[in-house]
Amino acid sequence: MSLSGAWYLGLAAIVFTIGAIGLMVRRNVLIMFMCIELMLNAANLTFVTFARMLHDIGGQAVVFFVLVVAAAEVVVGLGIVVTNFRRRATTVADDLDSLKG
Amino acid sequence: MVNVAYLMLLLPLAGFLFLVAFGRRIGDPVAGWVGTVAVGGAFVVACIVLAGLIHLPGDHRVVVHNYFTWFSSGGLSVPVGTLVDPLSMTMCMFVTGVSALIHLYSIGYMKGDRDYSKFFIYLNLFVFSMLLLVLGDNLLLTFVGWEGVGVCSYWLVAFWFQRESAASAGKKAFIYNRIGDAGFLLAIFLIFEKTGTLQYESGPGGGIFGQPVHLGGGTATAAVLLLFLAATGKSAQIPLFNWLPDAMEGPTPVSALIHAATMVTAGVYLLCRMNPLLHLTTPGMEVIASIGAVTAFVAATIACAQQDIKKVLAFSTVSQIGYMVLAVGTGAYIAAIFLMVMHAFFKGLLFLGAGSVIHGLEDEQDLKRMGALRRYMKWTTVTFTIGFLAIAGIPPLSGFWAKGDVLDNVFAHYKVLWVIGLVTAVLTAYYMSRLEVLAFGGEPRFDKPGPRGEPALHAPHESPWVMRLPLVVLAFFAFFGGVLDLPWVHTHNLESWLTPVFSGTLYNDNLSATSEWALALTDITAALIGVIVAVWLWRGSEVDKPALEPAFLQRVWYWDDFYDTIIGRPSQRLATFFAWVVDVRVIDGAVNGSAHLAKATGTAARKLQTGYARNYALGIAIGMALIIAFMLSRTWWG
Repeated sequence: MSLSGAWYLGLAAIVFTIGAIGLMVRRNVLIMFMCIELMLNAANLTFVTFARMLHDIGGQAVVFFVLVVAAAEVVVGLGIVVTNFRRRATTVADDLDSLKG
Repeated sequence: MVNVAYLMLLLPLAGFLFLVAFGRRIGDPVAGWVGTVAVGGAFVVACIVLAGLIHLPGDHRVVVHNYFTWFSSGGLSVPVGTLVDPLSMTMCMFVTGVSALIHLYSIGYMKGDRDYSKFFIYLNLFVFSMLLLVLGDNLLLTFVGWEGVGVCSYWLVAFWFQRESAASAGKKAFIYNRIGDAGFLLAIFLIFEKTGTLQYESGPGGGIFGQPVHLGGGTATAAVLLLFLAATGKSAQIPLFNWLPDAMEGPTPVSALIHAATMVTAGVYLLCRMNPLLHLTTPGMEVIASIGAVTAFVAATIACAQQDIKKVLAFSTVSQIGYMVLAVGTGAYIAAIFLMVMHAFFKGLLFLGAGSVIHGLEDEQDLKRMGALRRYMKWTTVTFTIGFLAIAGIPPLSGFWAKGDVLDNVFAHYKVLWVIGLVTAVLTAYYMSRLEVLAFGGEPRFDKPGPRGEPALHAPHESPWVMRLPLVVLAFFAFFGGVLDLPWVHTHNLESWLTPVFSGTLYNDNLSATSEWALALTDITAALIGVIVAVWLWRGSEVDKPALEPAFLQRVWYWDDFYDTIIGRPSQRLATFFAWVVDVRVIDGAVNGSAHLAKATGTAARKLQTGYARNYALGIAIGMALIIAFMLSRTWWG
């Protein structure tokens, strides 16, 4: 048997919500990064699901773009995190508030 | 020969430009000689043009020459051209002649002044402007000259601007004149609106004078009254006469040239030039005549109580111009011009004589500190006395004939104004005799310390020949000038020469020979009464007579105080109100208010920027939730 598309979409929504809430409640920068990845992959899952449901390969193609962009983003983001850790010896996001108005 | 008139304008202009470029370098006294030669050349050209004009037949003596178009816009085309006719040439002759003499005099008078060359720059520019005013063949060109003489007057009154009083006198002169100029401009607009041209005699529709049809009803009255407002400013008549006495702060040659002989008569010239317009309005003429008579009387009373030798002469000038304006208002234009020319001679002479006295007495101008100058300054005394007798109206000097001519016409036209004019004649003789006695008669007072502790002065010395020569020449004309227009001669005189200009608009007094004799005897009696009373009152050595110099007259009928109360102080209060209330509260308030508003908004908005990434993430999440909620609501209820 195969599950209907709604299950996949529901899973994607749950994963996205976990990511979003995690991003808001956690203080560690690396964990926040992982949460972002969760949200991205939730989005990917949605794309793939819709591609299957609508028989449109375009949705699957977009996923590859998202993967590539996410990889690049991780490179840059981790670079910033490492540099920041060297300068300030912290990975707690709330300590990085020098842009406070 | 008539068509070289433009040279008359170009010579002083060239002198002006040359002195602007090189004046400071060539300095004292060459700059003065350059200026004098330029104006003397203009006088020679004026003589040539005059000779040419005389050779033309009587009814062809209007030569308009347009050189180029200044500008044209829509229906208005303004040429730069000269109008040579007996009226403008009469003006040119005495303007250039008296100017040349006063330039010569200034070479001596201004010797050693810090701004020697600048003085002649202004004087040459003044002569150019005055000639432009006189020769211009349209109202706009006349207006340019009018403004030119005004600004030169300002510069020259405030020539010694380091003195506070001179600087403010210059401003006063300029502002009073500007009030009049506003009237001139409005008159120009009105006349152009109605006739479509600004040229006097030529151009579309035969010029302004060619189309009296368009100037009927109130138009002519309005235009004439506006022009008369301009004339009251320039010619120092009530209500704008107060600036002229203050203008005596300028160097004495300036007082003689600009504030006695030439510029202040520009208003009278303007009214004479516009005679066809004046002819269209009886009420306008009555206003002009009344103002003239009242001004003549008021100024003469004030002159009786002044202590400053130049102030006496200044109020005397106002009074004499009042006579000219009275003559214009009567329609006796030729009498006005006759008096104007004679006045240029004797008042120029009197001012130059006063300048000679001031020069010899270390710049002392107080009559009460003079006395017995006849023993020290023979040339000045003799020439000044001729000027005094002329203005007092003693026959056979020029003033008697000119004033008599005015008074005869006024007698025939307005009896009441004639009485005022006659009383003024008595006063004229009185204040001039008082001046003569105080300055030249009696015993010396300059060798004693002054009433306010001024040190005693050295004995005066006679002026150098460059200053004496103009005195002698002007004294000659002040003495014999009357032959230009003797009442029993009817050809080859000023009257027959000027009549074509005023044909049809000239008032004819039609007096019988008996009346003329009676009037002449009345004038002589009036003059003698004035002289005798003054000599009798002021002959002694006691010169402080407060009863004869009431504060009311010394303070100029409180005229300045009146203007100060109704215009000066309210304006000042208004300005203070704007400076300390409107500016500080309203304008600064608005500016500072918007700054405060921006600052408060920023202070409030900066709290949104917490610096915590999770807060921003929450913001994004809430925003997204709202968007989704919105879209879902559209799907379900839309």
